[in-house]
Amino acid sequence: MPGTTAVRVRYDEVEVGDLLPEATYPVQRLNLVMYAGASGDFNPIHWNERFAKSVGLPDVIAHGMLTMALAGRLVTDWVGDPGAVVDYRVRFSAPVVVPDDDKGAEVTVGGTVKEKLDGGRVLVNLTATSDGTKVLTRADVIVALG
Amino acid sequence: MPINREFLGRSYPPSEPYQVSREKVAEFAAAIGDTNPLYLDPEAAKAAGHPDVLAPPTFPIVVAMRDSGTAVADPELGVDYSMVVHGRQSFAYSRPLYAGDVVTCTSTIAEIKAAGRNEVLTIDTAIGTTQGEHVVTASFTIVVRGGADS
Repeated sequence: MPGTTAVRVRYDEVEVGDLLPEATYPVQRLNLVMYAGASGDFNPIHWNERFAKSVGLPDVIAHGMLTMALAGRLVTDWVGDPGAVVDYRVRFSAPVVVPDDDKGAEVTVGGTVKEKLDGGRVLVNLTATSDGTKVLTRADVIVALG
Repeated sequence: MPINREFLGRSYPPSEPYQVSREKVAEFAAAIGDTNPLYLDPEAAKAAGHPDVLAPPTFPIVVAMRDSGTAVADPELGVDYSMVVHGRQSFAYSRPLYAGDVVTCTSTIAEIKAAGRNEVLTIDTAIGTTQGEHVVTASFTIVVRGGADS
């Protein structure tokens, strides 16, 4: 699976402790509507403020899977080839609250190379925060760099 | 209401085949705001050594949820969906998922346990081609808030 020409990070050049360039991704209500349609997850907590508040949420929240997708992009943009991802796992620790204004929310993602594994694989640990709160924990991606 | 422990270990029959299309991959990539050409441009994907455009790493949730969602909705299982939050998610790949792949899902209830006042349920969904080649296993963990209260 590894080793396509789109992979632009070489295993030999990666060191434990390397930091991936941090990125901030905007999340607006439009993104939640698009994600609901694309994923088929129409849970009203992701688009209906009245319903979200009735179940104790502060406002509409982003799909956890959208947050996971945004965070994973930090790694796929770094590697170049999303096909290099062999394992990706997260825990959702807090929701991304998306207000109905022109700005919406932001998710800031950072990454650190934690371990060099056999087979040209590298373990990257991700952090993701929104409005100062950790929204993912134990977010780990294994990429095969070849 | 606690989750019915009798469901632990239960496997469901393979789902109807799902064909991954370039259009659905492009729609999903647009929804996550990702313009990687390997999701969108078949020529770019082929030039990089792939048979067709790739699905983004979290795309298999689209396929898996069609299957595991049905399992979760079974009233006999006893999950109060209004109290559900997504706790954990993982994807373990044997190879990337491509446009053109025709896949089926096989779901298994891998975990049911209490965690304080909450109930935790994990469903593993193995996604493979109709020829039997494993592509990715999606593991979906939900937390039912207050579910351990009788």
